[in-house]
Amino acid sequence: MNADQLSQDTNIPSAGSAATAGVKALTMKRLEFDWQPLLLVPMLALLVLPFIGSGSTWLTLTVAGLAMGMIIFIIASGLTLVFGLMDVLNFGHGVFIALGAFVATSVLGVMADWTGSQELWRNVVAVLPAMLVAMAVAGAVGLAFERFIVRPVYGQHLKQILITMGGMIIGEELIKVIWGPQQIPLALPEGMRGSLLVGEAAIEKYRLVAVVVGLAVFAVLAWTLNRTKIGLLIRAGVQDREMVESLGYRIRRLFVGVFVVGSALAGLGGVMWGLYQQNVIPQMGAQVNVLIFIVIIIGGLGSTGGALIGALLVGLMANYTGFLAPKLALFSNIALMVAVLLWRPQGVFPVANR
Amino acid sequence: MTQNLLTLSGVHTHIGAYHILHGVDLAVPRGQLTLLLGRNGAGKTTTLRTVMGLWRASQGRVVFAGRDITGFSTPQIAGLNIAYVPENMGIFADLTVKENMLLAAREAKRANQMDDGRLKWIFSLFPAVEKFWNHPAGKLSGGQKQMLAVARAMVEPRELLIVDEPSKGLAPAIINNMIDAFAQLKASGVTILLVEQNIHFAKRLGDSVAVMDNGRVVHAGSMKALAEDEALQQSLLGLAL
Repeated sequence: MNADQLSQDTNIPSAGSAATAGVKALTMKRLEFDWQPLLLVPMLALLVLPFIGSGSTWLTLTVAGLAMGMIIFIIASGLTLVFGLMDVLNFGHGVFIALGAFVATSVLGVMADWTGSQELWRNVVAVLPAMLVAMAVAGAVGLAFERFIVRPVYGQHLKQILITMGGMIIGEELIKVIWGPQQIPLALPEGMRGSLLVGEAAIEKYRLVAVVVGLAVFAVLAWTLNRTKIGLLIRAGVQDREMVESLGYRIRRLFVGVFVVGSALAGLGGVMWGLYQQNVIPQMGAQVNVLIFIVIIIGGLGSTGGALIGALLVGLMANYTGFLAPKLALFSNIALMVAVLLWRPQGVFPVANR
Repeated sequence: MTQNLLTLSGVHTHIGAYHILHGVDLAVPRGQLTLLLGRNGAGKTTTLRTVMGLWRASQGRVVFAGRDITGFSTPQIAGLNIAYVPENMGIFADLTVKENMLLAAREAKRANQMDDGRLKWIFSLFPAVEKFWNHPAGKLSGGQKQMLAVARAMVEPRELLIVDEPSKGLAPAIINNMIDAFAQLKASGVTILLVEQNIHFAKRLGDSVAVMDNGRVVHAGSMKALAEDEALQQSLLGLAL
């Protein structure tokens, strides 16, 4: 009998012991999952449908919102794990977004022949190395950022906020030194431009690409977190890092790994965001920072699944209010966060022991 | 080879501005179950946490199997085959019972790589662990969590098992089950260091005992001798066993 098979057996002969009494005292379903937060995304989408009126406009806005949400999720997933694992408030996360986007301008710049091609596979061949190089550079800078900026202030939240914001400002200035202070256009490859018509709704091709990439990142993260021992350690470390250390694991090393991966994902998100906006500026990280903090607070600090829900809600809300009441765009996301926190003060998926 | 598996000599520990341990001397004989008794605030939990490197000794030495581990990090200490069950049990509430066990099994990457024979033995001691194998640990009752915490500490063979108040908050019937489990563990040759307030528990299990007060060990000897000496119990613990 192996350990997996053991789970299937719930008809254990009575041991006649005190433990059995304890066992009988508790009747519960097999793995209980909280589905309620998952309903928030379709509920929000359906709630605004009557206000938008046109079904095709609603579909266009919804796909745009999901695409934006997926990009924000890519960026926020690393940040929420960094906080969950080591209680580190990294307000400098935005610098990796800008760095990834600027690296992409350089890589795609030298691959102009490929991005200018009408053939989608040639576009993908150009964008893929841009993403990989952006992730590698952001990850490497993340390694240094953790070592020299974050590590000296473990356990000191106020200093973390100040020094990581300082790190982001320095990072922005270094980006200006390397790429210049001006806005740089980041054109979409030819094959990703334009829209597909679904009925009367125009769906931009790139938004579909963003949704696919976001889903791929989520799938890899979910697999790693739920199916590997490293993922198990990360989930355990988010709940009780002292106990993980007491079991013999070096949580600092794990944290460095998560920080580097989180930085690399922010770099990837930066490429996606830059292509979404079709231009990049050194301050773009600071702009997105506000959104990603709203996302991880809505999701529950330390929760990857919560970050996905939060990101999709923020993406949808930004697009719907951008259409219905543009002046309320930023306020709407803060109002969303307040509403969610009134319902669940620890976020939609609160992390135990936190 | 030393008779004592673990020795603390003149250990002082500070937590922030507070001086908690004032020169603890403690010997844990190999293969025995040693009990650490004392009133609340005597320094028992701090002693265990200092052994595990969760708080650093500011002075003195902690020696395990002849090796000075005073400056070791917690993962290094755990890597020496020392299992620790903290007072709050340290259960990962969002993980399943299986995942909690798998985490403690350092040699196994997947659940089916855990030692089947050992798991069967653990299940015979703690049926609740098997019963709720795929359930979130956070949904277990207090007693079941305590069983899981101890079961997790024994999922792989360890030289020393350190447990902080295993009977805390448990129903008397479950305490008997826990006593049986520790008795079997002891019989398997594991050295055990227990902090315990439950005198019934202590009396039935203990080979040797150390009594702490005000951050020091004020008495060390055999549990049997302490159990038979009411005057000593009164003077050390303010009660008779």
